[in-house]
This record gives sequence, C-alpha cells and structure tokens, in this order.
Amino acid sequence: MKKNRKLIINGVLAVAVYVLVMVLVNTGMLTRQLMSLIIPCCTYTMLAVSLSLVVGFLGELSLGHAAFLSIGAYAGALVLKLELPIWIGLPAALLVGGAAAGILGVIIGMPVLRLRGDYLAIVTLGFGEIIKSVFNAMTPITGGAKGLSQIPLVTTYRNFTPVYILTVLTILVVAHLVNSRHGRAVCAIRDNYIAAEAVGIPVSRYKILAFVVAAVLAGMAGVVYAGNIGILKPTNFDYNTSIEILVMVVLGGMGNIGGTVAAALILRILPELLRNVSNYRMLIYAIALIAMMLFNNSSFKRTLVEKRNLRQAEKIQKEG
Amino acid sequence: MALLEVKNLGISFGGLRAVDNLNMSIEKGALVGLIGPNGAGKTTAFNLLTGVYMPTDGSILLDGVNLVGKKPAQICQAGVARTFQNIRLFSQMSVLDNVKAALHNEVRYSLFGSIVHTPGYRKKEREMDERAEKILNVFGLDIYKDFLASNLPYGKQRKLEIARALATDPKLLLLDEPAAGMNPNETAELMETIELIREKFGVTILLIEHDMKLVSGICEYLYVLNFGTELAHGKPEDVLNNPQVITAYLGE
Repeated sequence: MKKNRKLIINGVLAVAVYVLVMVLVNTGMLTRQLMSLIIPCCTYTMLAVSLSLVVGFLGELSLGHAAFLSIGAYAGALVLKLELPIWIGLPAALLVGGAAAGILGVIIGMPVLRLRGDYLAIVTLGFGEIIKSVFNAMTPITGGAKGLSQIPLVTTYRNFTPVYILTVLTILVVAHLVNSRHGRAVCAIRDNYIAAEAVGIPVSRYKILAFVVAAVLAGMAGVVYAGNIGILKPTNFDYNTSIEILVMVVLGGMGNIGGTVAAALILRILPELLRNVSNYRMLIYAIALIAMMLFNNSSFKRTLVEKRNLRQAEKIQKEG
Repeated sequence: MALLEVKNLGISFGGLRAVDNLNMSIEKGALVGLIGPNGAGKTTAFNLLTGVYMPTDGSILLDGVNLVGKKPAQICQAGVARTFQNIRLFSQMSVLDNVKAALHNEVRYSLFGSIVHTPGYRKKEREMDERAEKILNVFGLDIYKDFLASNLPYGKQRKLEIARALATDPKLLLLDEPAAGMNPNETAELMETIELIREKFGVTILLIEHDMKLVSGICEYLYVLNFGTELAHGKPEDVLNNPQVITAYLGE
C-alpha cells in the first residue's frame, strides 16, 4: 500500500513537471535565458543521479564523472552529424554515446576500483584529465582545441519531450536498481565491504557494475548536452564540471535521489536567476551552498530524523 | 567424514607465526568452541577459514571441497558463514535489507529484472521478503524490520549479525565472540538462541568465546589455542581442568 502511494505521487509529480514546463514554454512566459536552462537542467539531473549511484550508493568518491559525459557527448555528436532523421538519429546517438561511455567505464573501472577512498578519488581525477587531453589531441576526429562544431541541435527545448522522458528514465533506472538484489549488494559494499564479502557478494563485480551503469547514463546525458549546445570543446569537460556534479550529489544528501534531483535543479537555476545581481552572483551561490550543507548536518535535521525513528518505535510498541 | 577438516594450517605475517600447525576436525551438527588467551590467533584462524587471509601452509576441506585459495565470497557460497568480533552490520540499511543482502546468492534474478522491475523481479522479491522475515522471526527481530540496523540496541545488533549469516544457508557457522559485551542475562538468552538455531537450521557451529560459562554450557568439544599453536583439545570438562590450559589463561 505504502509503496503504491509513493509510486502514484512520483508519477503525478513527473507528469505535473512536464505539463508545467510545456505550458511555460508554449505560452511564452519564460525569457529566452530561462528557456535555455531547461535542457541543462535535464542533463545535470541525469548526471547527478547517475553519479549518486557511485558516490551515494557505492560510497566511493569519483572526481572524473565529466570524462563519461565527454565521451558520450563526442561519440553521440559524431552520430548526430550523420544527419539521420531525428527519430533514428537521436536513439542511435544515445545508444552509441551510452555504449562508448560504458566501455570507458569498464576500462577505467577495472584498475581504479581496486583502490578505495582518497586514492580512488585522486585516480579518477587523473583519468578525467587524461580523457580531456586525449580529445584535445585527436584533432582529426574531435576538432582538437578548436572544438567539434555544427552538431545538429536536436535536443533543444523545442524537443523537450524526448529529453524529459530520458531524464525520467534515468531516475527510474537508478531508483529501481537501488531497490533490488543488485542495488542492495552495492549498498552493502558501501556500509561494510568485509561483511559484504562474507555474505557472498562478489565485491569487485558490483563495484564495476555501479561504475559502468553510472557511466552509461552519464554518456547518454552527454549526447543530450551535445545536441543542445552544438559545439564541443575539451575544456568544457575539465574537473570543474566533475566537481559541480559531485556537489549536487553531496548537497542532495548522499544516497537520496529526490534530494539529488532538487540540488541539481537549484544549482543550475540559481546562478542564472542571480545574473541581475551579477556582482554578488558567485557570493550568493557560495552562501547557498554552505547553507544547504549546514542544513544537511544540522541538529534541526537530526531532530526531524530522530522524531521519525521515535514514531517508528512507538508504532512497533503499539503493535507488539 | 567430518564436515570441516583442517590440516597443518598456518600463516606467517613477516616473521610472526600467527597460527601454526592447526589441526581441527568438526563433525556435522557439532557445536565446537575455540578458546585461548588474547592474541592466541583465534580470530586469525577464522580469517583463514573464511578466506580473508591466505594461509601460508596447510589445507582446509569443507565436505571434501578444498577452500584454500578461494575468495571470501566463494567460501561463503561453499557454505561457511561468519559473524565478527566487532559487529559489522550494513548500518545504513534496514534490518530487513541486511538479511535480504545476505540472500544475494540464495534468491537470484537478472540485472534486467532489477532495472525494469519485471513480474519475475516482484515474485523473487516476495520470496526474499518471506525468507528474510522467517529468519528474523526466529530472533524476534521481525518487528524491527524497518529500523536502520545502526538504530538497534547492541544485543539485537549481535543477533541480527547471526541472522544475516544464517540467511546465506551455511553448513558451517563461525561465531566470533557472540557474547562479547553482553550481561549475564543476555548471555543466557544467547545460549538458548544458539541451541535453537542449531536445531532449526541444522547448522554446524564453531565459536570463539571468552565467557567460560557459555563455553562449558553449550560446547560439546573444545580446541585451545595459545601463541598460535594448539594447546589442547577434547571435551570441555577435561580441557578446562587441564593444568596447561589453566596456566595459559592465568599464568604460573
């Protein structure tokens, strides 16, 4: 019963957001500036939710998520440039972008996931920079530092529907995965990998699994990114991008998908809304970051959680 | 043939011989204790049996299958489950999910099922729920199933760890100081629980314990370790009255 209610609420929410955006776009109530934010909101939601699989649920700090975004973007852009009809071109690009990122995920994941904690974080950071340099050097294919331009703009806000569906699917994949045999294995590794091994969970395999699923989803986000922006430069994918995605996951409360989505939206929209007060923009943004982090760690939030636990205990006493 | 057959088992950490020439033979259905003073190598022996450490020499046979060289997850699948001296629960997961995580190899479905939540997934999840709740019920933990594991009181956390180990459907259950930190009442209750699970799950048990009341109360056979080597073995009443064992524990 409880599960069904949650399902219905989430479904209604998803449809409501879609209708709201469509109405706002079609009635011209949004400025051009805000319109241009719609698709980045979707891509960053996808990126943050996919990264939360690694950071929030697997419990490993990855500082190289932009690498998967970039390989998906480049691979997808090359497919989009074939100028196929959109109903073949876009799915094909998503497929190729996701697959390319997934393969890179396996290649990077094998050596990296032997490490843990700080070491793993530093190595992913290194890999991210390597990928960026490779794209910079592969001039014949990627256009090098000049960038890969004239990518057909197939995922702008005019094509909101397929992008939105993809975003919702990404959230669903992660939410479903977490609530399953495979997801529980991943969470068990986060909580105690020695105990996870002792109950028969092959730790390396599930680390790779989480890493690769996150990479595939980020790669698809990359395709959407490419089709929205039209030009790709290696410098778009430096470690600042990785950190920005990571901040969304951390602010959303690790392992909290709803919170991650909210954080992604706020952190995408807030800086743009603050353009009017451009002098103080980054200051306010930074303060907002700190405030959200403080809330996540506050005694106020702890009290809320404790109250919930208490209610749970009372309920059990009544029933028992 | 015995369920567990350990021959000449040993491990060196550099120059330190933590376990040396350990021989054990445990019959199916037995309840055996492994005792010894602090630092005797008891937990190291458990870590060797469960593949956490690779033995430098010797062999471990479970039901005739060699366990040496296998990874911990494979050894678990072969039928050895354990608890830990310092509790290692999946603390941020619910009590129910702790047990369901341990059913990982017992109830299987594909990754596709996990992502799409197919009807097959739902059926298997229901089966998992039922099996997990049945195990929790034995320990009186079913009413706590939605609690975070870290929110359970200490004694119940110990029980949950045993419940989780049993969910892997082991032939041999290794308990590392199950009564550590318990008061006499809780220890008495634990002794009953251990007897109960042996009957109910038909599992062979090897336990490390310092509480001599528990050891002499429920163990049928004892092995004594001291400085990594076997000091004595036999029936509890003989072993506990052995002057060598008393010396090892209390000194000259």
